[in-house]
Amino acid sequence: MWIAYKTIVTKEILRFVRIWVQTIIPPVITTSLYLLIFGGLMGGRIGQMQGIDYIDFIVPGIILMTVIMQSYANTVSSFFMTKYNNSFEELLVSTTPNWIILLGFVSGGIARGFCVGLAVTFTISFFVEIKTFSIIIITITFLLTSVMFALAGFINAVFARTFDDISIIPNFVLLPLTYLGGMFYSIDILPSFWRTLSAFNPIYYMMDAFRLGFLGIGSVELWKAFLVPILMIIILALLANALLNRGVSIKTE
Amino acid sequence: MQLALSTDHLAKTYSNNLEALKGVNLKVKEGDFFALLGSNGAGKTTAIGIISGLLKSTSGEVTINGLNQKKYSNEVKKMIGLMPQEFNFNPHEPNIEILINQAGYYGISRKEAKIQAEVLLKKMELWDRRFDVAQSLSGGMKRRLMLARALIHKPKILILDEPTAGVDVEIRQSMWQYLTQLNNDGMTIILTTHYLEEAESLCRNIAILNNGELVEQSNMKKLLAKAKRQVIIIDTIEKISSPIEISHCDCEVLDENTLQVSQGEEVSISDVVSALSGQNINVSHLRSSQNRLESLFLSLTS
Repeated sequence: MWIAYKTIVTKEILRFVRIWVQTIIPPVITTSLYLLIFGGLMGGRIGQMQGIDYIDFIVPGIILMTVIMQSYANTVSSFFMTKYNNSFEELLVSTTPNWIILLGFVSGGIARGFCVGLAVTFTISFFVEIKTFSIIIITITFLLTSVMFALAGFINAVFARTFDDISIIPNFVLLPLTYLGGMFYSIDILPSFWRTLSAFNPIYYMMDAFRLGFLGIGSVELWKAFLVPILMIIILALLANALLNRGVSIKTE
Repeated sequence: MQLALSTDHLAKTYSNNLEALKGVNLKVKEGDFFALLGSNGAGKTTAIGIISGLLKSTSGEVTINGLNQKKYSNEVKKMIGLMPQEFNFNPHEPNIEILINQAGYYGISRKEAKIQAEVLLKKMELWDRRFDVAQSLSGGMKRRLMLARALIHKPKILILDEPTAGVDVEIRQSMWQYLTQLNNDGMTIILTTHYLEEAESLCRNIAILNNGELVEQSNMKKLLAKAKRQVIIIDTIEKISSPIEISHCDCEVLDENTLQVSQGEEVSISDVVSALSGQNINVSHLRSSQNRLESLFLSLTS
């Protein structure tokens, strides 16, 4: 089982490294633009957020957004492609258990989230000095976020039938949720209705914990910020495994 | 002799209510070279899909080397090597990686897989192309790559779904030789093909599916013996000027030097040649108009 897991993870990593122009460069460019526009050009006028310079305030959010989008993108595109070119049959005929397949694809998503997140952090370090409050909180939040979105990407790929189906969720659900999760602002400045609504956005909790890890400021208690993604991961993992076991859209019914 | 594969009332109805298999009972002996024939849509690929674990059956059982497929899923999967009809590899992956990864899915270490991949790629004459991506290969090369992939974990049973489709004659012959060698070494081979001469020359036993039902399962020789008539084309040295009559045969003059003879089972080819000679017509060449298996196949499936 370990060999099968290692094979899937290695294959996944080689896949996104092979297409680095599509997977690593675009987020780095987007990040630079965010920092230039929101941090450099507009940041000075905005001043401070929760007592922190605006450019420093948005750094954790930009990194976490990259992790979310890349973890999701890796599993959704990779798993969809294995369905599209039928190469998933290579796994189906083998002795690899379904949960190892799932773990392998999710690990691939984590690896891409980590690599691109690191590339983005490195790029940011040219613009601002990156502060860290707690590496442990940063690491735990990164892991919970990447696992959760890699699982969500996997489930999206299971149901996807066309290439459009794998881009709808990232563009129309994930991106808005990320922006509304406090990437560019503190939830505390929102009117009470919108603040209550934000409590239903899981990204808000991850964003808050990540910012706490970098800057030492947060609006949510840490246990709550970890509990929400943990619960989401349990639900998504059970669902993804059940879909694989039932062979939904993989084995012809 | 132990059975390598047996199916018991194997049935499959797809969600669109298409009944692809209707209670099929297949039996393949260990070490056999077995042909599974049928026209398009007969249920061959569905049967193969269920046996190899790609599809779920609606009902019925599959037993591989005495082990129930559902109960001993992993053991059974290790015993089977599948070469499917459609190309099903990542076209952007290097050929050697496709083999090594497949071995990894069976729990074979990378070190061991590399050795086996080298042996197979050399055998398939793909070693020089090992670092090329699969999409750069020709159709025949892709088929050979899939055969190599099916053999990477050293299975006991090899299932080949249309293995030589789109392969040129030379490569087809070398694939036949290699498959025969594998079979002689003890591997059970199950073959589906549209080339009936391929099945006739390679396989010892045969099953024919028609509309999801098994219409024939027999020894190849016994089955061929059932073919009552054989049609041969005869080229003659002398010109044929009048209608030809040979007892127990139907003769048709195709042109002045060509005769078609539908030969009855009680008549041998030498009888036909002698009868023509008696009418002062000497034979220069003769060939079979229609493969005997083809005639049988058509009679069983039409």
